[in-house]
Amino acid sequence: MTYLDHAATTPMLPEVLAAMTEQLGRVGNASSLHASGRAARRVAEQSRERLAEALGARPSEVLFTGGGTESDNLAVKGIFWARREADAQRRRLVVSPAEHHAVLDSVEWLVKHDDAEVTWLPVEPSGRIRPEVLAEALGDGRDVALTSVMWANNEIGTVNDIAALAAVAHAVGVPMHTDAVQAVGQVLVDFGASGVDALTMTGHKLGGPMGAGALLLRRDAECTPLLHGGGQERDVRSGTLDVAAIVGLAVATATAVGRREQRAAEVGELRDRLVREVRAQVPDTQLNGAPLDDVLAGGPGRLPGNAHLSFPGAEGDALLMLLDARGIECSTGSACSAGVARPSHVLLAVGADGERARSSLRFSLGHTSTEADVDAVVEVIGPVVERARRAGLGRR
Amino acid sequence: MRVLAAMSGGVDSAVAAALAVDAGHDVTGVHLALSQNRQTLRSGSRGCCSVEDSHDARRVADELGIPFYVWDLAERFTEDVVDDFVAEYAAGRTPNPCLRCNEKIKFSAVLDRALSLGFDAVVTGHHARLSDGELRRSVDAAKDQSYVLGVLTPGQLAAAWFPLGGMTKERVREIAAERGFAVATKPDSHDICFIPDGDTRGFLARRLGSRPGPVVDAATGETVGEHDGTYGFTIGQRRGLGVSAGDSAPRYVLGIEPVSRTVTIGTAEQAAVDEVLTGVPTWTGAAPVLPARFEVQLRAHGRPVPCEVLVVDGGLRIELADSQRGVAPGQSAVLYEPDAARGDRVVGQAAVAVAR
Repeated sequence: MTYLDHAATTPMLPEVLAAMTEQLGRVGNASSLHASGRAARRVAEQSRERLAEALGARPSEVLFTGGGTESDNLAVKGIFWARREADAQRRRLVVSPAEHHAVLDSVEWLVKHDDAEVTWLPVEPSGRIRPEVLAEALGDGRDVALTSVMWANNEIGTVNDIAALAAVAHAVGVPMHTDAVQAVGQVLVDFGASGVDALTMTGHKLGGPMGAGALLLRRDAECTPLLHGGGQERDVRSGTLDVAAIVGLAVATATAVGRREQRAAEVGELRDRLVREVRAQVPDTQLNGAPLDDVLAGGPGRLPGNAHLSFPGAEGDALLMLLDARGIECSTGSACSAGVARPSHVLLAVGADGERARSSLRFSLGHTSTEADVDAVVEVIGPVVERARRAGLGRR
Repeated sequence: MRVLAAMSGGVDSAVAAALAVDAGHDVTGVHLALSQNRQTLRSGSRGCCSVEDSHDARRVADELGIPFYVWDLAERFTEDVVDDFVAEYAAGRTPNPCLRCNEKIKFSAVLDRALSLGFDAVVTGHHARLSDGELRRSVDAAKDQSYVLGVLTPGQLAAAWFPLGGMTKERVREIAAERGFAVATKPDSHDICFIPDGDTRGFLARRLGSRPGPVVDAATGETVGEHDGTYGFTIGQRRGLGVSAGDSAPRYVLGIEPVSRTVTIGTAEQAAVDEVLTGVPTWTGAAPVLPARFEVQLRAHGRPVPCEVLVVDGGLRIELADSQRGVAPGQSAVLYEPDAARGDRVVGQAAVAVAR
C-alpha cells in the first residue's frame, strides 16, 4: 500500500500510542477533587503546558476541543457573537474563500441565520492572501467582527504570511483567527509571535489521535461558548476532559514540532522528486498552488508534503479510482456527504476553470513516506492518466 | 473479469454485487448520483438516489470488501432523462423515464466509462434473464423488468450482466437477509425516482406552468371543458377529466394536441386501438425477418398482446390481435418472442408514433 494522503490523516506516532495506552486504563475525572481526579488533572495540565510550549502559546491560551472542525466553529461563531454583542454594528466577517469548509460553512451559517455579512477576500492565483488586500477589505474595521485566513491551505498547500495579515487586522482593531490544522508540524507556527487572536489545530494531522484538537485563544479575546455545561476550558468549552486524547495530542504536537525541520527537508525532497518524475511521465501535468521552491518570510511558501497536480483531460475521480486499484491512495478535492467528488472550491477560488479543478489530484506526503512510495506513483501514473483520459465522465 | 456493480442502495443491486463477488470476479461498486438535490431522505418506498441510498450502497460494498465510489451523473441525467421527460409531455407524448435512463445513462454513459476504465462488464440488479446475448423475462413475472431494458442493443447487452433474472424477488431478499445486509427489508422503490412525492402532474405543472386549453368531445366536436395543461392527461385516461358529456357513457382521453392544447375525449369504442405505427426500431440481437408474429407489450407492467409486425417507412406497423386502450405516442412498444420454458425473449422495441 502506498499511502499518500497524509493531509487527510497521518499514522499515529508510536510514542503517542504508548502515552495514550498508559492513560486509557486509569480512572479519574480531571474536574474531581479527590486523588484520582487530581492525578488526571495533573496529566491534562502537563499536556496543556507541553502543547503551549511547542506552539509559542501560554498554557492558559490552550482550549482543548474535539478537533479542527469544532475549533473553527468555536472561533468563527464564538468571536462573532461576542464582538457583535459588545457593538451591534460589528456584523461583517472578512474571510478567504479558499478556507476549509469548517470555516466557510460556519460563516455561511451566520449569514443565513444570524444576520452576519461576509466579504470574500480576493485570492492570488497561488492561493495566498496579500496583506494589502486584507487591509482594503477591512476598511476602517468598525463594522468587522472577525477576519479568518488559514495558515496553510489543506488542498494546494499554500502558506500565508499570518503575522503580516494579523498586523493589518490589528491596525484597525479587528481580531484574527487562523486555521493552522495543516501548518502545525510542517512549517514554523508560533502563536505568540504571529499575533493572531485564535488558532485552530488538531491532532490527527501530525501523528496524534482523531477527535482531539485545540483552539489557541488569547486571554483578551472574547469568545461566546458553543457548548455550555461544567465550565471547563475557561468556560468557553464545557465538557469532561478526555485525558488520554489530550496526552496523545500533546505528545504528537511536541514530537512533530521538535522534528519539524529535519522532517520537512526529507519530505520536501521526496515531494520534489515526485512532481519532477510525474511531469517526466505526463509532460502536460500542471502544478496547482505556489511553486515548489516558493519562499515566504524566510520559510517555505508551500507545505513541504503537498503536491497538488492537474492532469488535463482526465477526471480526478477516475484517476483516484485507477490509482486506488493499484494500491496508491491519494485524494481529489473535497467530497460531499454523499461521496460525490466536486470540483475543488479552492481551485475555483484561485481562478482555475472547472476543467482544471475537476482534473486534479492531491498527493500529500508525511512522516512514513519513502522513496518507494514515489517510485510506485511514477511507475503507474503514465498509463493511469492515459486510461482516465479515454474515459470522460458522461461529458460531451 | 473486472466487473463494475451499479449499486443504487436497494436490495436488488446489493445482492447482484454480492453474487458477482461470489462468482470470483474483481468487483468495484459504483453509486450513481443522479439527483441534483441529494439532501432528500427517503420516506416510505418512494424515490431513490438520496444521500441515504448512497450510504446504504456504501455499507453493502464495505461488507463485501469491494472498492466503492460515487459517480456524479446528475447533469447528464437531468438533460437526457428529466428534461426529456418534461419535453415529451409538453409535446403531448407519454415517455418512460426508466427506459430512457437505461438507454442513455446506465448502459451508455456508465457502461462506456466502465469499459474505458478497464472493466469488462457492468452488473446490475435488474430482474431479467440474459444469457448467450438473449434478453428474457425474469422468472418472477411480477418483478420482471425486461420491458425497460428492451431498448438495449447487442453491443450494450454484450457487456451487461443481470444475475437476478433467474430468481424471485423473495429469494433476493432471503439472500440479503442471510448475508445480514441491512437493506434486506428496504422497501421497493417504484414511481419515478426524480418525483419522490409521486405527484407527476404537480411536477410537470411546476416545470411547465399553466397552459390552459379546451377539452373537446370527439363525437360532436364541441368544447365540453377546460384544462390547465395537456401534460395532466394521458391517452386512455378515464378518471379526473372534469367534464360531463351528454350521455352517461364513460369518456376516455383519445388524443392530445400540444399546439392548440386540445385534449380530445371519446367513448370506449373510439378509444380502442387496433394498430400502432412506430419510429425506427432497435433490436436486442440480429434484426428479425419481417413480417413476423410476436407479442407486444405497450407499457411497463402491461399485458402482452399477440401481434403481427410489418415494416413501414423505416418504422413498424404493429397490428394487434386484441384491441387495446391507453396506447400513447411516446410509449415504447417492446416485442417479445413467447417462450414459456426459457422466458419470453425480448426482440426489440420502437417508440409509438401513432395509435389507431
